[in-house]
Amino acid sequence: MTSDRLRLLLPVLSLAVLLGAVFYLQPRAMSYFGLNLLFNLAIPVALATIAQMMIIMVNDIDLSVGTFVSFCACVTATFVHDTPLLGYAILAGAILAYAALGALIQLRGLPAIVVTLGMSFVWGGLAVLILPSPGGASPEWLRTLMTLKTPLVPIAVIAPLVIAFAVHLLIRRSWIGVILQGVGGNERAMERAGWSVVRLRATSYGLAGLFGVLAGMCLVGLTTAADANIALRYTLLSIAGVILGGGEFVGGRISPFGAVIGALTLTLAASFLSFLRLSPDWQIGAQGAILILVLAVRLLFVRKEATA
Amino acid sequence: MNDTRPNPIRAVLQKPWLWAYLAAGLTFAATSLIAGSGAGSLFYAALTFASFSAIVGIGQMLVITLGPGNIDLSIPATMTLAATLALKFMDTQTALILPGLLVAIGVGIGCGVVNFLLILLLRIPPIIATLSASFLYQSLAIWSNRGLRIKPPEPLADFATGGALGIPNVAVVGIALAICAWLLLERAIAGRWISAIGQNLRAARLSGVPVNAVRFGIYVNSAICAALTGFLLASFSGGANLNMGTEYMLMSIAVVVIGGSSIGGGNSNVPGIWGAALFMFLIVSMLNSYGLGAGIRLILTGLVIVGVVTLASRKGYDA
Repeated sequence: MTSDRLRLLLPVLSLAVLLGAVFYLQPRAMSYFGLNLLFNLAIPVALATIAQMMIIMVNDIDLSVGTFVSFCACVTATFVHDTPLLGYAILAGAILAYAALGALIQLRGLPAIVVTLGMSFVWGGLAVLILPSPGGASPEWLRTLMTLKTPLVPIAVIAPLVIAFAVHLLIRRSWIGVILQGVGGNERAMERAGWSVVRLRATSYGLAGLFGVLAGMCLVGLTTAADANIALRYTLLSIAGVILGGGEFVGGRISPFGAVIGALTLTLAASFLSFLRLSPDWQIGAQGAILILVLAVRLLFVRKEATA
Repeated sequence: MNDTRPNPIRAVLQKPWLWAYLAAGLTFAATSLIAGSGAGSLFYAALTFASFSAIVGIGQMLVITLGPGNIDLSIPATMTLAATLALKFMDTQTALILPGLLVAIGVGIGCGVVNFLLILLLRIPPIIATLSASFLYQSLAIWSNRGLRIKPPEPLADFATGGALGIPNVAVVGIALAICAWLLLERAIAGRWISAIGQNLRAARLSGVPVNAVRFGIYVNSAICAALTGFLLASFSGGANLNMGTEYMLMSIAVVVIGGSSIGGGNSNVPGIWGAALFMFLIVSMLNSYGLGAGIRLILTGLVIVGVVTLASRKGYDA
């Protein structure tokens, strides 16, 4: 447990340092309105990161998160807005498709990287078919939900924490979560213990699909429109977020709170750069640099953990 | 099972690269039947575009051969950065072509060294190391490019688009590199080292394979391949632009897997790279010639990749 706490400490610290730097550069950001702007897109990024975490939990990597979220955003901005029943049916079908992919990957022993890379074309193609040019509209209730004026702290900060807590309960405190982490830890042992790994992998992929759908819906609620390329960056952001948050690629070692905080850190990194008045050319590079920096610091932590 | 005599037909049938060429042949036939614009020009175009995928594919294949978790996600960014800097350096002057090529290769070496240092010193998984480094390369490319489109020098553009005896020049480069890679893997001690590391890192280290030196060479090689492809592609298409490398992220991995190399590492397959590269181009041009829209084309391309991987996987899994 202490080791887990230590793991969480680093993402929390990096977020705090970054936030402190932003406040130092621009004290006016330290307000309700400022925070809302800073973390504007944090909710969908956090949800997409959780989706990625579900996949990394079972030792796979999902390279289609970005196009899948874009696809869900396109469905939300068109079908869910115009014909809700059909829209929700499509989104439910997408979750089932994700679960089926998980089953297929397990049944045939496929490399998840390649399968999801191929699927990223499929989702991208579907998104282009639905919305060839940017457009659509957000369902009314979604718009209201995303622009909700919560007291004291803006929803852009509250919602990711609530999401992290809910996922924490699901993954770290429920039996199904423990078993799913077990698949990442030792797949063969789970199989010997009588669990169907096919079903378990399908479950974790299905969960990833669910959070991907939620990310797409929230994104439309925020931007009020969608296009086929709206969330392509999310693939890389989500992987980086999970790792930044203390997750490991193998062994089912993941942390929902860490992942969400990692996502917040990366969202903030972009704003930080604009406060530094650096040219936007360097924004992507800065995200890379922050990622490298945090991983370097983590190395020191891990060393300490090993010697302690 | 009891028949121990070597059976040449079966030996050929068991070559994992056979399927890539078979699929490429089928799509070629299907496309030239529909297109009607002459099989010759289709073949020429296929060779041209396949060589770009093949060169990055060779680099990626060697990386993947190193074993699970080894993958180079910085290929698109390296391509863009090398092409941008080299074209900017040459500034359409013919005299600077050779130094320009050296600049591109130098950028490749630089990116490869950075990638490997991150992996070695920070002990981070190659996926994350190459990914975060690629953010840096991308920013560098954006910064130096500034939205300008610098043309390649005239003779270089002629070389990249030209060909002799019905074979495009870039394909000659791609085939030569494939032969080098094949010789390295099948005939040189370094090739044995690469496969040994992929099959069992610990065993390889204990038996005296210079593991880190080999890994260093492989990551640098992959970045050089990417830089060279960027250089050629920019010369071919009349200039470098910022998203020129995007599709090669998928392409480099897809040609490795479809070509019959094991994604789990330890087993690589050079001829398959070219078969898969041809197939990947031909499938897109086939869907194009059937007059399908961009959306349908993307969906079918994706389904083909998933389908091929599903069909090809079985033996790797059982073994």
